[in-house]
Amino acid sequence: MTGHAVAPGSAAAGRQSLWGLLVEFDSPDALVAAAEEVRIAGFTRWDAHTPFAVHGLDGAMGIRRTRLPMLVALGGATGCLGGILLQWWTNAVDYPFLISGKPLFSLPANIPVAFETTILLSALTALLGMLTLNGLPQLHHPLFASRHFRRATDDRYFISVEAADPLFDRVRTRAFLESLGGVRVEEVEA
Amino acid sequence: MSTAAADRLAFLDNTGDDPTERAPLILGGKDVGAVTEAVCAIVEEPRTPPAWYAAFAIALALTGVLFTMIAYLVARGTGVWGLQVPVGWGWAIVNFVFWVGIGHAGTLISAILFLLRQRWRTSINRFAEAMTIFAVACAGIFPAIHVGRIWFAYWLFPIPNQMAMWPNFRSPLLWDVFAVSTYATVSALFWYMGMIPDLATLRDRARGRVRQIAYGLLALGWRGSNRHWHRFEVAYLLLAALATPLVLSVHSVVSFDFAVSLIPGWHATIFPPYFVAGAIFSGFAMVVTLIIPTRAIFKLHEIITLRHLENMAKVILATGMMVGLAYGTEFFIAWYSGSVYEGFTFLNRAFGPYAWAYWIMVSCNVLVPQLFWFKRLRTNLAVLWVASILVNVGMWFERFVIVVSSLSRDFLPSSWGYYTPTVVDVLTFVGSFGLFFTLFLLFIRFAPMVAMAEVKGVMEMARHEREHRGVDPLPHAHRRGGEVTP
Repeated sequence: MTGHAVAPGSAAAGRQSLWGLLVEFDSPDALVAAAEEVRIAGFTRWDAHTPFAVHGLDGAMGIRRTRLPMLVALGGATGCLGGILLQWWTNAVDYPFLISGKPLFSLPANIPVAFETTILLSALTALLGMLTLNGLPQLHHPLFASRHFRRATDDRYFISVEAADPLFDRVRTRAFLESLGGVRVEEVEA
Repeated sequence: MSTAAADRLAFLDNTGDDPTERAPLILGGKDVGAVTEAVCAIVEEPRTPPAWYAAFAIALALTGVLFTMIAYLVARGTGVWGLQVPVGWGWAIVNFVFWVGIGHAGTLISAILFLLRQRWRTSINRFAEAMTIFAVACAGIFPAIHVGRIWFAYWLFPIPNQMAMWPNFRSPLLWDVFAVSTYATVSALFWYMGMIPDLATLRDRARGRVRQIAYGLLALGWRGSNRHWHRFEVAYLLLAALATPLVLSVHSVVSFDFAVSLIPGWHATIFPPYFVAGAIFSGFAMVVTLIIPTRAIFKLHEIITLRHLENMAKVILATGMMVGLAYGTEFFIAWYSGSVYEGFTFLNRAFGPYAWAYWIMVSCNVLVPQLFWFKRLRTNLAVLWVASILVNVGMWFERFVIVVSSLSRDFLPSSWGYYTPTVVDVLTFVGSFGLFFTLFLLFIRFAPMVAMAEVKGVMEMARHEREHRGVDPLPHAHRRGGEVTP
């Protein structure tokens, strides 16, 4: 597809309240093929919506790998260090526990708790990190106004292109989306 | 019994073992939308079945018994239990280990089977995770009330207090506090995160305002965005990778409560793997006990298929054999170590005053699972259901034997004793089942009990494979003369 870099103005300017366009597909294969087209056309502010994680869609959309694993590793390291420091401070420094003449601080006895705090902080980071990076919770979104879109969590597959995309043009983008073989294209108000 | 009805309905047989074809995991020629419909219909049914109310009333009454017994215990002290020197750990600890053990299947199914790419887990993981959380909730009550003066239970946590004292971090009992509370938290996170897309499905289908708002808040605004799915999948994989060592660590730490002491019969290096195998064994048995009636009542035969149940029977057989091997190893080491006390302890277990408990344990845990060598028995729901209950009876007795027989006769014959529980002990335990079933019934009424999004993903993957190889869509279902709705 070519020729989408149209100067803003014309039709899009008249409708300030347009959030974007939504195209619906009835199979994941059609969606993946269409996503490939949308990416090649050069759109950047667009997304696919599916009831389950569709295999191969990340590649078709050109999604870069998330940095979540790095955050989780940091969370885990914090948990591990925190667990060890907690045990060292409480049992060896602030209130020295002398038990059976054993050293006040010895790593082997402190491993179970340090392990558990590592897992705890990593898991919390995984969930909260995933939500934060995804911008959730976000209880309202313009797409929720579309009746058809409710099936995005059931058995339909969607591609949405935002009006804020630099390549967006109400008429031409619509024509382009209609050419992708979807069931229907609709406009979503902001 | 509900299993008889289930037997009639279980005509869809996908338990074929032909290695050249992948057996279908979802039957009845369902498409993605049909899965949504089958699972959501249970939650959306406006008329709650009378059987649900009846079961809920009983469960709630038993929960009342539990809290009454706890109130009585708090008012009077631990003397209302059968605890006496030398047996200072009685049913409360037995029940704690029993419930924590049951709480291992959920995370095993969710995390370990996920990492091992066992796709059959998707039909049962939500259910098993819920069971895990409720079992851990029941388990957590017992050590908390076992401290006796429960208003001091906060001493277990490293909270600055008026005595300027800290807990002893070299005690396995404190490790237990950290292990079990971490496990409860991570299991709940894992369960909730997996449920977000399904809660969004319920939100989008909701008719009433209350449901829309309630499921809407819980779904956090999930809109199936693939950019979100990408991070969701990574987070899910990471949680699975974190929960796998966690689930193995929890029952290992529980076993340290025993193994780190010097009591004969407890002081054994075999305890961590032995406890973990037992936990998986009992957890799978509990999943089977609950899932057979549930799938019959809610007609989920095409999603939770005979193959799922058969697979669980196989896991029960394997872990039952591990537990049996551990019993044998304990005996061997008791003799081989040359320790008089160890040798005595094990002979005392098998032939002493608690021999009845020991042989119940061996029959239920070692003999009963042997039935599952036979496919005919693995796929017979009545046999499977009864066997799963017997396994849990056996696993409760295993903990009873470990806790009570070792304590009642240790090194010094002059301090031997015989432990008998009181009515309060029994009612507290029975009441804990009330709490478990109360939570469970609420779950099956209000939450999506099958992980719809995951099942759909597996179905699509299977469809892809079929289309690329051009095979019959339901190869095994025809084999035993079963009819298949297209």
